[in-house]
Amino acid sequence: MNRFWEFANPVRFMSWSGRLLPPLTALAALTLTVGLVWGFFFTPQAENFGSTVKIIYVHVPAAAMAINIWIMMLVTSLIWLIRRHHVSALAARSAALIGLTMTVIALGTGMVWGEPMWGTWWAWDPRLTSFLVLFLFYLGYMALWAAIEDPDTAADLTSVLAIVGSVFAVLSRYAVNFWNQGLHQGASLSLDKEEHVADVYWVPLVIALVGFGLLFVALLLVRTRSEVRRRRTHALEMRERMADA
Amino acid sequence: MIALLIRDLRLAVRAGGGFGLGLAFFLIVTILVPFGVGPEGAILARIAPGILWLGALLACLLSLDRVFQLDFEDGTLDLLATSPVPMEGVVLVKALAHWLTTGLPLVAAAPAFAMLMQLEGPGQYWLMLTLALGTPALSMIGAFGAALTVGIRRGGLLLSLLVLPLYVPTLIFGAEAARRGAEGIAAGTPLLLLAGITAGSLALIPFAAAAAIRMNLR
Repeated sequence: MNRFWEFANPVRFMSWSGRLLPPLTALAALTLTVGLVWGFFFTPQAENFGSTVKIIYVHVPAAAMAINIWIMMLVTSLIWLIRRHHVSALAARSAALIGLTMTVIALGTGMVWGEPMWGTWWAWDPRLTSFLVLFLFYLGYMALWAAIEDPDTAADLTSVLAIVGSVFAVLSRYAVNFWNQGLHQGASLSLDKEEHVADVYWVPLVIALVGFGLLFVALLLVRTRSEVRRRRTHALEMRERMADA
Repeated sequence: MIALLIRDLRLAVRAGGGFGLGLAFFLIVTILVPFGVGPEGAILARIAPGILWLGALLACLLSLDRVFQLDFEDGTLDLLATSPVPMEGVVLVKALAHWLTTGLPLVAAAPAFAMLMQLEGPGQYWLMLTLALGTPALSMIGAFGAALTVGIRRGGLLLSLLVLPLYVPTLIFGAEAARRGAEGIAAGTPLLLLAGITAGSLALIPFAAAAAIRMNLR
């Protein structure tokens, strides 16, 4: 187990992430291209939906990532609070913007799809509403990071916010279910229930999901690496200022 | 802890602004709504529970930055941190003082405001009941937000951005229970869920808020 935590040492992190990044990026690009091209051009048009069904290959993976990234931020926040690995805190910080982007993509593609299909850009449906709330949580989290000057205090406080926020995000998710009936269709993919999506759409969708996941990991590594570097330059600057004084 | 509560209440009443301000804000919101949506009684009565809940929530938010800010600036919070009272207790007392000075007056005034919004009969009491159950949660969650932002200068806007998403479940259940009660539908479920949120917040949030304060004081 101790060997596992060594990966969180900033020097070790920079070395293994630097080596991993090029093949990971290539793999992400490959799976995304395969999944999206397959999905967009080589699947039949669904009855009742026409070609609009193809937006599913962006919408579903983005939505899934938006939620998973928040969970990942929760886990890295806990690791920071418990084990004080700086890379963990920086990873949580780096993930927030990607999560926010995924939330916006999911909301945006959903709106584009909803206009011809439901006849409206927006409805106060539970799923849509909880994504809007998730969007606000991401915004608040990032704003808190940006507002606090001391990096360790910022990491501490945003971690606490991520934990408390998670509880309330789950509460909100079920509260909005209570508050309004849904217009949104059920889960497209699930592990325990019968699939809602026909097999022809299923395979490219899973590939696109994997592609989005790999894309997230690659982006996360890039952003975390730049955060580590930013902190190093900051430390160097401080040292020089001390030497001058 | 009781001494701290009395001190906080005294400060809130004597320092001016804090005590009556939330109530005045609530009143203004209630007066402005008919200007915005028109004076028809039926519409006003229909939206009254939601509007009054929103007004109460915003009034609560308005006074949140006072919960810890002044004590943080003049060093009282440092003294409290070294006192034998655990920080969790301090947070709980502070939230209680905030509720007594903003939440409780809102609850007491709710029937009068409901009358302004043309909400008659049992709806007034439902509104009062849901506010009485829900506003402690608003104060407690707000105290957590205030604890997070206590070290930030002019953190008021950030505080709203952090706290308002956390208010979503409380608002949904509170307004829903008040609406169902006013329309005469069974409102037991949202009412119980609202009480559950309040109980859970009171039990768990002091720990998170106290942790945040310790981090800010370090």
